[in-house]
Amino acid sequence: MGNGDRFVYVTFIRTTPEKLWYALTKPEFTRKYWFGSSLDSTWGPGASWQLKTPDGGLTDSGKVVEIDRPRRLVLSWKHERFPEMRDDENASATFELEPQGDVVKFTVTHESDKKDSKLIKGVSGGWPIILASLKSLLETGDSIERTRSFPKGI
Amino acid sequence: MSMDAVFRALADESRRTLLDRLHARNGQTLSEMCEGLDMTRQAVTKHLTILEEANLVVTQKRGREKLHYLNPVPINEIAERWIGKYERGRLRALAELKKQLEGKDNG
Repeated sequence: MGNGDRFVYVTFIRTTPEKLWYALTKPEFTRKYWFGSSLDSTWGPGASWQLKTPDGGLTDSGKVVEIDRPRRLVLSWKHERFPEMRDDENASATFELEPQGDVVKFTVTHESDKKDSKLIKGVSGGWPIILASLKSLLETGDSIERTRSFPKGI
Repeated sequence: MSMDAVFRALADESRRTLLDRLHARNGQTLSEMCEGLDMTRQAVTKHLTILEEANLVVTQKRGREKLHYLNPVPINEIAERWIGKYERGRLRALAELKKQLEGKDNG
């Protein structure tokens, strides 16, 4: 992916790769910090995944491109909800979990080979608060309150 | 990752300029970051190191190039730490009022 769009987000979380992996791949956990949304899959290579709102509406989907539990997960990413973000067929998200002492360096890279991708622009706005909330959940037991439900009016 | 490092990194106009440039266009090389700036390459390198140590800038290698990305996650953590849900609503209302008062429509 040469000239496309990419965002790279990093947070350091006081936890273990296993716990972070669990929080990332279990819908009952993602609901707590991902605006109430469930990320669900059987998490095998090539398996499909879906991200759904609390009322079951599909927002994003794709396939598991690469999986190396609990270190690395690559997902192909297609947006399903907003028409203007749906024309991007070659987007992906890569999650990397790297233990460093008593913290885990968690890197999320969201990219597309499409220039000025509306998908990348759209999802990039949500990641920082989702990651901040995930960190809070794993370190304190509580996620950030406004990430526990789906925003009204969207 | 300490908040002190984030505040120290932000307490410098040159470093805020570098963050603004990444906000305008993410994923730049050092040479691109230096373009049109009134700073030496060494100074830009030094500032980028401080920003990277504060986790406000993240680098990734792509072939021979090292690309710089803006990482707003620590700023979000700070915002959540001090701006609770009630203040958020009030601040949004004030920002909206300011926009209306300063907007052309009401001139």
